[in-house]
Amino acid sequence: MAERVERPVLDVSRLPTVGFGSRSITWWGIMGMMAIEGTVFVLMIASYFYLHSRNSEWPPHRNPPDLLWGTVNLVLFLISVVPSEWYRRRARKGDLRAVQIGLVLVSLFGIGNVIVRYFELWHLNTDWSIDAYGSAVWTLMGLHVLHLLTDLVDTIVLTVIFFTPLVEGKRFQDAEENAAYWYFVVGFWIPIYLVIYWAPRWLHA
Amino acid sequence: MITTTAIESTAELTEQERAQAARLEAVWREPTGFWGWFKAVHHTTIGKRYAVTAFGFFLLAGLLAGGMRLQLAFPEAHILSNDLYNQFFTMHGSTMMFLFAVPMMFEAMSVYLVPLMVGTRNIAFPRLNAYSYYLYLFGGLMFYVAFACNTGADRGWFSYVPLAGPDYGPGKRPDFWAQLITFTEVSGLAVAVETIVTVFKLRAPGMSLNRIPIFVWGQVVVAFMVIFSLPGVVLSSTMLLMDRTCNTQFFNPAAGGDVLLYQHLFWWFGHPEVYIIFIPGAAIISTIVTSFSRRHVFGYLVLVLSLVATGFMAFGLWVHHMFATGIPQIAESYFTAASMVIAIPTGAQVFCWIATIATGKVVLKTPMWWAIGFFFVFIMGGMTGMFVASVPVDLQVHDTYFVVAHFHYVLIGGAVFPLFGAITYWFPKVTGRMLNETLGQLTFWLFFIGFNITFFPMHLVGIRGMPRRVYTYQPNMGWTTLNQVESLGYVLLFLAVCVLLVNVSRSLRSGAIAGPNPWNAGTLEWATSSPPPQYNFLHLPTVNGREALWDAAPNQPIVAGLPDDARSFLITRTLDAEPEGRDEFPGPTIWPFLAAVATSIAFIGSIFTPWGITIGAIPVAITMIGWFWPERQPAQRRRAREIWQSE
Ligand code: HEM
Ligand SMILES: [Cu+2]
Repeated sequence: MAERVERPVLDVSRLPTVGFGSRSITWWGIMGMMAIEGTVFVLMIASYFYLHSRNSEWPPHRNPPDLLWGTVNLVLFLISVVPSEWYRRRARKGDLRAVQIGLVLVSLFGIGNVIVRYFELWHLNTDWSIDAYGSAVWTLMGLHVLHLLTDLVDTIVLTVIFFTPLVEGKRFQDAEENAAYWYFVVGFWIPIYLVIYWAPRWLHA
Repeated sequence: MITTTAIESTAELTEQERAQAARLEAVWREPTGFWGWFKAVHHTTIGKRYAVTAFGFFLLAGLLAGGMRLQLAFPEAHILSNDLYNQFFTMHGSTMMFLFAVPMMFEAMSVYLVPLMVGTRNIAFPRLNAYSYYLYLFGGLMFYVAFACNTGADRGWFSYVPLAGPDYGPGKRPDFWAQLITFTEVSGLAVAVETIVTVFKLRAPGMSLNRIPIFVWGQVVVAFMVIFSLPGVVLSSTMLLMDRTCNTQFFNPAAGGDVLLYQHLFWWFGHPEVYIIFIPGAAIISTIVTSFSRRHVFGYLVLVLSLVATGFMAFGLWVHHMFATGIPQIAESYFTAASMVIAIPTGAQVFCWIATIATGKVVLKTPMWWAIGFFFVFIMGGMTGMFVASVPVDLQVHDTYFVVAHFHYVLIGGAVFPLFGAITYWFPKVTGRMLNETLGQLTFWLFFIGFNITFFPMHLVGIRGMPRRVYTYQPNMGWTTLNQVESLGYVLLFLAVCVLLVNVSRSLRSGAIAGPNPWNAGTLEWATSSPPPQYNFLHLPTVNGREALWDAAPNQPIVAGLPDDARSFLITRTLDAEPEGRDEFPGPTIWPFLAAVATSIAFIGSIFTPWGITIGAIPVAITMIGWFWPERQPAQRRRAREIWQSE
């Protein structure tokens, strides 16, 4: 029989199983996704200005996108932060009712954003195939639409789950992180909005 | 929190431990049978698949190289037509970079080794990990099926516009190339996130930042580089595809587009890519040198900081690939200087390795030979790198075989030599059996000599003016002999790889049993049996120093108190690795496979019509929802014993 050694143990059985923010693995995953997608956005914005530097007229022979719908969407996005932040904080307390209401509200906001986005697309005053300016505007827009739709689908699915018996601590983590991702979508709309709608106006002056 | 109980610390297990092992076994067992294969989520399973697949692509690309060497062995040969030759070098280059080097040096190594080295039971996000593997596999298969149908990519591994654009690249060849990029980048990005989270949050208690093994540091740096560089090629290849299939005008000068935009975006990724391949190689060398010098590595901090510095600086060099495009002179000067500066951190690493070897008790086994081979080959490649980083020399040798020689010295020196060392080093861990030492050294010498015979003359033939990417040359150019020498060298390389394969297949059947730690190495993967059980460690370890096994106290504590009726894991803090929470890994499931199939359909569909992405997104969304939909029983079990973090 081999020799026995006393080995102390580090007992972890009392550690929490539900943690938020940097204590949650999925929160880190979402941060990673944001870093990736944020880099895509930044490089796309850089490409927009690179193409601008190669053109003497910007936008070439046409009007910049109409301001109305893009601005409406900006306002809508900013207001949606209020219910979003509310349910995010309540999620950390495990407040089921608040999270349910918050998720429904934010889903409705998301649907509103998508509808307004539809009108935005009709008022860009350019086609993607006319020239590089049009391609850049549509690609920037397309990237943001992609994120908006993904997050909307996520939010709706999570909302549905929150009305089933499947709710547990992990789902409250999901709710908190869903709000964080929404801020990413909202946050990046600000520079993209400025680039798409205002850059042509300022650069023109 | 520390209490003391008597627990067996030797190989023989007590009754109690055997019962615990059986419980872990039941919870962690990978599903079996035909469908079981598609449900597996353990990092050792997926990591092995990555490694085998990437090696398969290495062999394929190596055979393509053989085809090229055969064609070039004789002037005005007609073994390969010019069209086929174009496909051969593009398929070779693209395969080596996107299907072999990155998936092998980063994905395979990171997925298999990092969780073991930090002492946890699986990689973070195991289902995403499985998904990433299938995408990688399907992307590679798509690329080769297209090649078999005479639609192999043929515009070079960076697929420049306008040559690959809608006007000069008819057919679907560049589109398949662009989508290969999409597949491989999604898988690379997924593994990058998994790696970072595993290292930041899943380390064994006690493994504070300054005790993380250098290999793991290397993979973390690479993961960050992947995250910030791959978006460049995401954009360039997507723009290329859109220019070709939906009439966008990004690269069309007639409509305000610009071809150099493509190059900027591509090399924003392409230069860091070189370091994405090389940093794991350097980290492997640090590991091997440490284990075989039998001492802690000299200059741990310098090594880590060099890896980090290389990671940062790699983002400031991309324009040196564009010296011949007429960029402003001030930019040329800056990027020349920057390219020279990056030699400093690499030089610092070399000095640390030399110091470690010089002051250690060196054991000259095969892995160590590969490390020594690496020094010679990589330093040589680095020197010619200094040449081509200076603008006048670059303008002279641009697009000649001098450049081909240079990047094979760096890529093969920086990746393949360390990789072959790594194969000999970790083979015992992965399979439980040793490789044969004699055959291993035979492989090394064949490869080392063959490599130099193949690639050294390329410098000369390049200086004599032979351009790259030509399918043949006239007999009176004075290039014939050198080309024939190169092709002979290929035969040696071919033999070297054959010997390696023989060695592997013999060892798999009848190699000497390795035991847990055949090299007496110090990192945690050697603390468990070989091959590791599916729960990795019977007792989750704690760590007391940089080389966890060498520095362990005689009564080094072990972690207890994780429920063993679920795939539990411990969450620790990023800086000091103090335990801060518990969580569960998800179990095996078919959904990531289905999601990968749906994603592949969307990606391949979009080669033919833009609807591929829009309509194709619907099945992707459905499979993803299926994947993330919670299961009732685990949810109830978890809820019953939840402990919420106190705020
Ligand atoms: C096994 C030994 C290898 C041989 C004999 C070999 C040979 C060649 C040859 C003959 C070319 C074409 C030169 C031309 O016509 O321009 C080439 C190109 C290339 N090789 Fe290799 N190679 C080998 C391994 C590798 C490895 C391991 C990598 C990367 C990790 C690699 C990356 C490339 C790249 C990126 C190109 C450029 C393709 C292009 O021009 O688009 N090769 N190689
Ligand atoms: Cu470079």
